[in-house]
Amino acid sequence: MDRQMAVTLSFRQGVADCVPTLLGYLSIGFAAGVIEATAGMSLLEIGLLSLFLYAGSAQFITAGMVMAGAPVASIVVTVFFVNLRHLLMSAAIAPKFAAYSPLRNLLIGAQLTDETFGVAAGKLTGGERHADRWMFGLNVTAHANWIAANLLGALLGGWIADPERYGLHYALPAMFIGLAAMIVLQRKQYKRDLLVIACAVGGFALAFIWLPGYMAVMAAAVLAAIVGAVTER
Amino acid sequence: MSVSREFLWMLIGTAVVTFIPRTLPLILISRLKLPGYVMKFLKHVPLAVMTALVAQAVLTEGEAWISPDNLEWAAFIPTLAVALLTRSLLLTVVTGVVCTALLAWLPL
Repeated sequence: MDRQMAVTLSFRQGVADCVPTLLGYLSIGFAAGVIEATAGMSLLEIGLLSLFLYAGSAQFITAGMVMAGAPVASIVVTVFFVNLRHLLMSAAIAPKFAAYSPLRNLLIGAQLTDETFGVAAGKLTGGERHADRWMFGLNVTAHANWIAANLLGALLGGWIADPERYGLHYALPAMFIGLAAMIVLQRKQYKRDLLVIACAVGGFALAFIWLPGYMAVMAAAVLAAIVGAVTER
Repeated sequence: MSVSREFLWMLIGTAVVTFIPRTLPLILISRLKLPGYVMKFLKHVPLAVMTALVAQAVLTEGEAWISPDNLEWAAFIPTLAVALLTRSLLLTVVTGVVCTALLAWLPL
């Protein structure tokens, strides 16, 4: 990238770019907190889970399995598979952070989620200065929001009846729709992107016949990315 | 306010198996020169993952296909339209939530 063209980012900009995603993870985190409390976890345990596991679908599944009395080993194995898609996401943004030290890359990856990945993929082109600081701003904000949402859900969950009525559960799908749209609009390769989208949707629908949702997501994503790569000259 | 021993083992186990796939590619790939076809593949991963997550969120409920009586799928259309027209993630999320709430409230 041209040196004069290089955009300089900051921690504060990363915080600002996280704001549109807050509602989505606030509602999901709240729901996770409700279920974790129902599964018998203490407030401290819920805080620790949100701090160290920090993964939406995995925390739902963990709470469900704890409630069902599943052994620790089977919970750990399930979470491993549910969270394996991070391998793809971490690899996909790695080239954008090639200039930074392994320690910085470790810290960036430790807080990587679907949403922070989506925001980073739609924003970073790889030529920005201080992309690491921007990513820390994005990550720390998202993580703090997640912990707060889980604790709020655990504390207040019993008071809110029928949250489906408020449409808040759709904040997460809406965020994914928005992030996918931003990536397409940023890349401006509409024909190939439409093909990738078609393969991801078709691949998911096909894989979901046999596989659990989280595995179908991964299978569809790998298929669609391969199709995108082989159709490129 | 307590942490049980069993919970602690579960916490350590799930955190470690999540931490490794999150960090390992970032640490390794940033130090390697990858072949062209891997880079091409990685370039398409963001859209592929996001689209697959959208498909899961819109088409399924738990571990089943969404029921045909559930009109929630209709919220997808205005949400996508707002995303493409405004390029604003915040407006997209607000549109999705408002449309879903309307679909739940309207006597359809």
